[in-house]
Amino acid sequence: MEWYLPVIWAGLIGTAVMLYVVLDGFDLGIAILFPTTADESERDQMMNSVAPFWDGNETWLVLGGAGLWVAFPLAYSVIMPALYLPVTLMLLSLIFRGVAFEFRWVAKPKHRIWDLAFWLGSTTAAFSQGVILGGLIQGVKVVDNQFAGGPFDWLTPFSLMCGAGVVVGYALLGATWLVFKTEGAVADRARRQAKTLLLCLLAFAALVSLWTPYAHPRIAERWFTPSNLLLLWPFPVLTAFCGYMVWKRLHGNHEFTPFAFTIAIFLLCFLGLAISNYPYLVPPGLTIWDTAAAPSSHIFVLIGVSFLLPMILFYTAFVYWTFRGKVKADSGYH
Amino acid sequence: MEIDAFLLSRIQFAFTISFHIVFPAFTIGLSAYIATLLGLWLKTGDQKFHLLARFWTKIFAVSFAMGVVSGIVLSYQFGTNWSRFSAVTGNVLGPLIGYEVLSAFFLEASFLGVLLFGWKRVPPWLHFLSAVIVAGGTALSGFWILSANSWMQYPVGHEVRDGIAYPVDWMKIVFSPTFPLRYAHMMTAAYLTTAFVVLATGARHLLAGHRTESARTMVRMAILMIALTAPLQAVIGDFHGKQTAIYQPAKLAAIEAHWDSSKPGALVLFAWPDEKAELNRFEIAIPGVASLLTHGSMDALFKSLKDFPREDRPPVLIPFFGFRLMVGLGTLMILFGWIGAWLWWRGRIFESQRWLWIAQYTWPAGFVAILAGWFVTEVGRQPWVATGILRSKDAVSPITTAEVAISLALFVFVYCVVFTAGILLINRLIAKGPDEISHEDPPEQPSKRPLKAAQAPASAIFGDGHPGDDKIQPAS
Repeated sequence: MEWYLPVIWAGLIGTAVMLYVVLDGFDLGIAILFPTTADESERDQMMNSVAPFWDGNETWLVLGGAGLWVAFPLAYSVIMPALYLPVTLMLLSLIFRGVAFEFRWVAKPKHRIWDLAFWLGSTTAAFSQGVILGGLIQGVKVVDNQFAGGPFDWLTPFSLMCGAGVVVGYALLGATWLVFKTEGAVADRARRQAKTLLLCLLAFAALVSLWTPYAHPRIAERWFTPSNLLLLWPFPVLTAFCGYMVWKRLHGNHEFTPFAFTIAIFLLCFLGLAISNYPYLVPPGLTIWDTAAAPSSHIFVLIGVSFLLPMILFYTAFVYWTFRGKVKADSGYH
Repeated sequence: MEIDAFLLSRIQFAFTISFHIVFPAFTIGLSAYIATLLGLWLKTGDQKFHLLARFWTKIFAVSFAMGVVSGIVLSYQFGTNWSRFSAVTGNVLGPLIGYEVLSAFFLEASFLGVLLFGWKRVPPWLHFLSAVIVAGGTALSGFWILSANSWMQYPVGHEVRDGIAYPVDWMKIVFSPTFPLRYAHMMTAAYLTTAFVVLATGARHLLAGHRTESARTMVRMAILMIALTAPLQAVIGDFHGKQTAIYQPAKLAAIEAHWDSSKPGALVLFAWPDEKAELNRFEIAIPGVASLLTHGSMDALFKSLKDFPREDRPPVLIPFFGFRLMVGLGTLMILFGWIGAWLWWRGRIFESQRWLWIAQYTWPAGFVAILAGWFVTEVGRQPWVATGILRSKDAVSPITTAEVAISLALFVFVYCVVFTAGILLINRLIAKGPDEISHEDPPEQPSKRPLKAAQAPASAIFGDGHPGDDKIQPAS
């Protein structure tokens, strides 16, 4: 009982974070690509392709945060102060990104400032998320179950590189989403951009895969112990294969598959990071069992999760299905 | 007072939550109003309701976006600035917030997309259902938040081991004693707040002399809501006050600036409470009335501030003045709503320029009252963050003063820019008003209208006396 509850919850939060990264990833990515066109109707089209979904997408971030508090209150209380500045920066950026969706329409024709807010907010949010990820992977100083480091502990070349990597990754998700959901000039340009972005993302993935085992012996041990190596070799191979598939499918007339394979790359990278760090939730000291909430709290919410989560997935699918098909230039409600 | 991470974190939390609370309060009421309008449209086929629903949906979208982004900030601040609070109460409060996200947050966020963009994508009944779901989601969100807040005010159903709270009885935790009235008080406040915004908008258009049809409907619907809800709110508030005497006597003593428990409580109309000298200066008070209101007898004694050690007393000034502001506004709301209802009954509502002129400026009433009430209840809980379990000063994160100073400055800057822009944009939408009723370009019809006969009563209440005037006949 006491053993498996934290494992279930780690899986759940991992799923929530993964869903967040994929879902909000593509709508942040679209904003990151915003400056690559100055054409009004093209920007409208890009924004409209995500407008009905962004709010639901972002809710997974709230679930990730709240879920961490529900299931691992101690981890939450250590991670948040440790990453105080990047978390704050992320929240402030998301404010600009979120309000831009509505403000931009109402402000027309004087909406350039909200175009800028949309792009800058999304790019900074993506970058901060990467920095948060990097800051967590590289480890947090903990004494007596409290964060005991300084305000800039997170600021390292590694975390900055993770930030850049996430920006590129989200941009790729955004580009392949546009290939899927739009047509004409927007889709054509996205197809071209996706290729460059794909190469950059794969380079970042390779860099992280080499950097983390080099810097952290525990991660090197996890991956390169012969018995584990036998089990884990498919990860890099599959990632390379998915990268190849994205590249190939971008050349044909395929619309959905480049997006699907990009998601697969994200999934593999995420699993790779989870394998590197399991069972630590706050590396290098606190495991999921060290930080778990009381079993009664775990069970109480798990009951709700077991029937609410399927419902959420069902109506999320319903919303995506409702707004299926290509986005035309004039399909806003405004 | 020393400027440290604790003080700055308190300022930051107060600042961000004060901004935030305005939007959920407005959107809880507005989503219910939009659902009502769409329901009336489905039932009557009257295009006026459809245009009004579209109009308010645009305003709803802008407000909701601001509510969402400022709410996400709050959910993370528990961790960034109040990590000890998160660690100590996480076993109890984490699940409540978790349930909010799972049961309400996703519901609102997902169906918001259908509500905003589904006008032509889904059949009218499903669009209406989405509006109902969004309204239900916002109300459910309030349920969990108020549940969590009520537990912090008066914790039950838990036990403390090694300084950490552990849940014992979930039913007791979710439905802690002060929760039902607190929730009712908040929900009524939300509906009332929205009603005043709708009223002011209608009045503004009537005075400007345009779009009288939809403007009249707005004014009528708002008066109906205010005249019924404002007195109800006073009753709920009164019960809530009596309950505070039982569960949070220190808070009540601060609200009443009641220093001496050997005397019955006087109803202090105005005073300047002096916390150092433990007395009120320039007091204007009616003896015994506070005792009468709380305990039903002029001679009843109740706990005073001096019954609590100084370190356990809440600050007095904010609860004292906040409460008076809230009650004063509430009284004005009742008065204004009833005068409006009386004018309506006499058939003079749209001729009374004076009443309409005041009405257009009443839109902030609900917001100010909510903020005042929220200040009363939150400051009145001090010095505890979770009463009896954790003091606010022990709840703060191990972060530096500089970090909080930077974040606070950024929050103030960003909120001022973003929310000023938002309010200006909302004002722009309001000034523009709903689209004119057009007979050439009717919206899609409600596909199946079950009760044609039901048109009459709805028009009699909300129409302008010429039922059938602007009805659009079903396409099929």
